[in-house]
Amino acid sequence: MRAKYAIKQLSIFLENRKGRLKEVTQVLAEAKVNIRALALAESAEFGILRLVVDNPEKARSVLSASGFTVKEQDVFAVEVPDQPGGFYQVVRLLTEADINIDYTYAFVGGRDSAILIFKVPDEYFEKALEVVAQGGVKLVEPIFFYGS
Amino acid sequence: MDWRKKDYLPREEIEALQLRRLRDTVERVYHLVPFYRKKFDELGLKPAHIKSLSDLKELPFTVKQDLRDHYPFGLFAVPLSQIVRIHSSSGTTGKPTVVGYTENDMRVWTEVMCRTFKMAEVGPGDVVHNAYGYGLFTGGLGFHYGAEAVGAAVVPSSVGFTKRQLMLLKDFGATILCCTPSYALHLAEVAQEEGFDPQKDFLLRAGFFGAEPASEGLRKAVAEAWGLKYFEAYGLSEIIGPGVAASCPEGELHIFEDHFLPEIIDPETGQPLPEGEEGELVFTTLTKQGLPLIRYRTKDIASLYKAPCKCGRTIIRMGRVVGRSDDMLIVSGVNVFPSQVEHVLTQVEGLTPNYVIVVDKRGVLDVLEVWVEVDERVFTGDIGALENLKRKLEEELANALFLRARVKLVEPKTLERSMGKAKRVVDRRELKDIS
Repeated sequence: MRAKYAIKQLSIFLENRKGRLKEVTQVLAEAKVNIRALALAESAEFGILRLVVDNPEKARSVLSASGFTVKEQDVFAVEVPDQPGGFYQVVRLLTEADINIDYTYAFVGGRDSAILIFKVPDEYFEKALEVVAQGGVKLVEPIFFYGS
Repeated sequence: MDWRKKDYLPREEIEALQLRRLRDTVERVYHLVPFYRKKFDELGLKPAHIKSLSDLKELPFTVKQDLRDHYPFGLFAVPLSQIVRIHSSSGTTGKPTVVGYTENDMRVWTEVMCRTFKMAEVGPGDVVHNAYGYGLFTGGLGFHYGAEAVGAAVVPSSVGFTKRQLMLLKDFGATILCCTPSYALHLAEVAQEEGFDPQKDFLLRAGFFGAEPASEGLRKAVAEAWGLKYFEAYGLSEIIGPGVAASCPEGELHIFEDHFLPEIIDPETGQPLPEGEEGELVFTTLTKQGLPLIRYRTKDIASLYKAPCKCGRTIIRMGRVVGRSDDMLIVSGVNVFPSQVEHVLTQVEGLTPNYVIVVDKRGVLDVLEVWVEVDERVFTGDIGALENLKRKLEEELANALFLRARVKLVEPKTLERSMGKAKRVVDRRELKDIS
């Protein structure tokens, strides 16, 4: 299932420095890379910008060329009804399967659905996909993010 | 001989004493320390060749690395059974510099510290607040023994806990302060913040400051803040610890040259330089038994003056240390070599990072920061992993340096961008020095 549902997420190391976020997004804009989903994790001194983009290879190469430290990781996405309990049902399935969630972020997908992105430890990736699918939750294929 | 008279001997007498002791030291190291035996033999030198003080230049140098190479006791000239004290400094690549003292060495050390305290007529009735670090560092115990020996009451407060130190300074009526100059100023500032008037609410009349370089501005600021007379204490653990030289009431730094024979050399060529010229300060110990050192290169840049001082002392004077001939940093009185930092970084998970050491001042106190570039070999995309890396590096650095360093994780190229060319050390303290 991994090959079918793994989504390439880019993590970019950023110092907490004025203008740095502008510089990342500028590089992507100039390369005509579209950001499909994002989350920003921060500590006191630095942050990690996580992106799902329409063209991860291109994004990675332009960011690296501009001197950013970039790491590519597999995440998966699910589509749930945009209503109370939507997020809960996925978290419950993962928790009951003893799978730790590293982090997650979400955005509103369409009229009445939401897209949730999950990062789990790599060794649980396959299992997480199975658990979620068996629980009746719809997995989102990468084409949803990459296609234009 | 009464130690009080030793600072005032006629030059001929000093030099005769030095020659006698030098020949004795050379004889001892030749027979007792294989390292020196080998060096002498390589040079075709016998102890009997040393007939005058000017023959000193024939003798081989000793450097810090020699002490490390013979870690821990390889350069000791006596069996361990005669050693009564061992001190040690942090090491560059894991191996510290170890120094050992015999009972007689302890007497010499105490004597030179008495002569140091004598500069301010410290004696019974004085309360000496000693805020040098106690422990492996020679500062704390060196001052401690000297202060006891002159009959003062010693408060061994050691370092840290500034507010408690102020309470002790005040409540015990300390008259003499011993610490690094920057800490003395920090204490005064905290005293003011706590609502005290350092000049009126405390009884400090003099202080002995050392272990780090101090500009004229810093000296003046310390003296004025506390309303005390500033005395400088110079020393290094390899030679004995504090007590190698001390400043007199005229502000002149006198070397206790009947125990430590100084020279100034050209750090490039190793050739001795004439009196008054600036160069690297080199010491030969004249009375040490545990760890006698021949022509030990301090890497401190200074100069020497033989003319008698206005204070009446005839022992040689050294100019202020104006710099170093190597890359050693002194941070809060602790010696730090960039190679120590690099060693720690490369030990941690095979990290071979780009880094810059930034020494700065927060208020009057030194802060050490190590900026490490996070590149794709280290970056997992996980924030917890980065925080762990930072914590681990800070822990390892504290262990290796005996000093707290703050690690800052930065993006690649930041260092070049913010520091200009590839520089390993950025010392921002000079720019901010009080003047």
